[in-house]
Amino acid sequence: MKFVQGDEAAAYGAIFAGCNFFAGYPITPASEVAELMSLELPKVDGYYIQMEDEIASMGAVIGSVWAGGKSMTATSGPGFSLMQENIGYACMTETPCVVVNVQRSGPSTGQATKGAQGDVMQARWGTHGDHEMIALAPNSIQETFDTLIEAFNLSEIYRNPVMVMTDGEIGHIREKLVFPDPEELEIIPRRLAEEKIDIFGGERIPPMIEFGMGSQVHVTGSTHKSNGMRDVSTQSVHDELVRRIYEKIDSNRENIVRYKTEFIDDAEYLIVSYGASSRPAYGALENLRKSGLKIGFLRLITLWPFADRIISETGKNMKKIFVPEMNLGQISREIERFVTCKVIPVSKIGGIPHTISEIETKIRSNL
Amino acid sequence: MQHHLLKYLRTELLPTAFCTGCGCGTVLNLFCHAIDELKLDPDDIISVTGIGCSSWIPSPYFAGDTLHTTHGRSIAFATGVKVMKPEKKVVVIAGDGDLSGIGGNHLIHAARRNIDITVLLVNNYVYGMTGGQVSPATPYETSTTTTPYGNPEHPFEIAELVAAAGSVYSARWTTYHIFHLKKAIKEAMNKKGFAFIEIFSQCPTSYGRRVGLREGIDILKEFKKNSVNIKNLKKFTEEELENKIVVGKMIERSRPEFVESLQDVNKKVMEET
Repeated sequence: MKFVQGDEAAAYGAIFAGCNFFAGYPITPASEVAELMSLELPKVDGYYIQMEDEIASMGAVIGSVWAGGKSMTATSGPGFSLMQENIGYACMTETPCVVVNVQRSGPSTGQATKGAQGDVMQARWGTHGDHEMIALAPNSIQETFDTLIEAFNLSEIYRNPVMVMTDGEIGHIREKLVFPDPEELEIIPRRLAEEKIDIFGGERIPPMIEFGMGSQVHVTGSTHKSNGMRDVSTQSVHDELVRRIYEKIDSNRENIVRYKTEFIDDAEYLIVSYGASSRPAYGALENLRKSGLKIGFLRLITLWPFADRIISETGKNMKKIFVPEMNLGQISREIERFVTCKVIPVSKIGGIPHTISEIETKIRSNL
Repeated sequence: MQHHLLKYLRTELLPTAFCTGCGCGTVLNLFCHAIDELKLDPDDIISVTGIGCSSWIPSPYFAGDTLHTTHGRSIAFATGVKVMKPEKKVVVIAGDGDLSGIGGNHLIHAARRNIDITVLLVNNYVYGMTGGQVSPATPYETSTTTTPYGNPEHPFEIAELVAAAGSVYSARWTTYHIFHLKKAIKEAMNKKGFAFIEIFSQCPTSYGRRVGLREGIDILKEFKKNSVNIKNLKKFTEEELENKIVVGKMIERSRPEFVESLQDVNKKVMEET
């Protein structure tokens, strides 16, 4: 057991997940992830490299994966923006990897040292073109550790990059972290083909062949056939490829999406929140329940793919849904797509998290 | 009888997509010759490329593991590859725009780290694939599609830049100097550390056509006429050297290699813990 920051929990989680390669670039409030990785990776014969920028960091991560690495990077808003093109490359080439984004207040340099949740939509749509994304939002130090292990597992299962969307609050607060027995952890290994087969098609989630196995693997971000060779002019080749990398996640929503609900059976109102803002939101919920309001709580752990089924099912019985988040309503708008009741954003920006009473007051005055 | 170098190519994809007279075929040819003469197993070579015509030299044509990356980032991707597969030869082949323009920062930092990668930068003076726009290697006052009144900028001397950044091997040759170039590729492939060759290459379609050198051969003749071997520099005045192409080896030296240094750290840390 240790008393650590969220950033440190992310690094420990990655090490427990078997991460053996980290490429990164210093940025507040994510630098502590890199610092701890640089300390811990050599102990497990892994490699930390500090690149010249975040573009290079994401590139090195992807290159290392095709050379057999289990790899990640960690960054914050401006760095996350720089990584977007190569994140899209990872989607298109179905490269499993993990990106931790310790979100800070933006846009641009914003409030560099302050937490925010303003990159939620960027995680989903930050890179160009049709693609799906897996993004997770832990709300405690222990959960950050656990989420890193889950993120690596999901990236290997679905051959897709996975975003871990913590924030400056979760990244820097200190809480108890209990290390699990490594023997009891479920670590999903990379699925490798046993012989030379097509690794960009054939099945919805094909196995990989890494470099150096004598299979003349061809990896490209251009539209490619199932054997990896470029074909940028045949409509059906692009359609088949991009639909498959979309559907491999979309069709597995129920297997990926995780959330927690409380008090929803009798609820007439609902709070939906995630990450740092879910903590004061829960405090507000307790106060409101105590005063007799029939209000339920839904905490999203998976941001993407979106928890549309639980939102639409629980949303049916609600008079109103309140969404505390540290942005101007990014998840709030997503919820509106799946419910008919009124969805009220409880937004706070400026680098200071919501207080319990702010959320409580906002809800009471909008009942 | 099949040509003995065809075994290095994905022959089902031939003929190549290169324009008539393009220098990329020459580079591919010499690369295969060098591999063959070094008796390297293509399965031990990982090619990493960026975006642009010359990135197509190994991708898709060279029959080995190939990572065709985003524009300018091949050296960054190759860094990850080399760290995890240090026993393999990692080769980057890309253009002047890709490696010295959008990817210029990765180029100098990889040279500084001295990671064991061989980089062949094919310098055709322009962004050829997009139709001949000015690049960081375009000569001063040259007309391109985006410098219709002449290039107001000065080109990088890329081989010298990479040498200054810390590479252990840096050379410049042209596609006219095929024997020198082949020898340089072999030296670079055998060199432990960051080994770099700038290859001046002809692009009749997007460059030559606009500067009065319509055929590939016309540009090759210019390479022949304008090249000065670095060994003979003293024979010329500064004025005489203007607009000349200095060919030869800019630097060859030894420095600790990056991945070996990382491995040394791991060994030490693991012994202590």
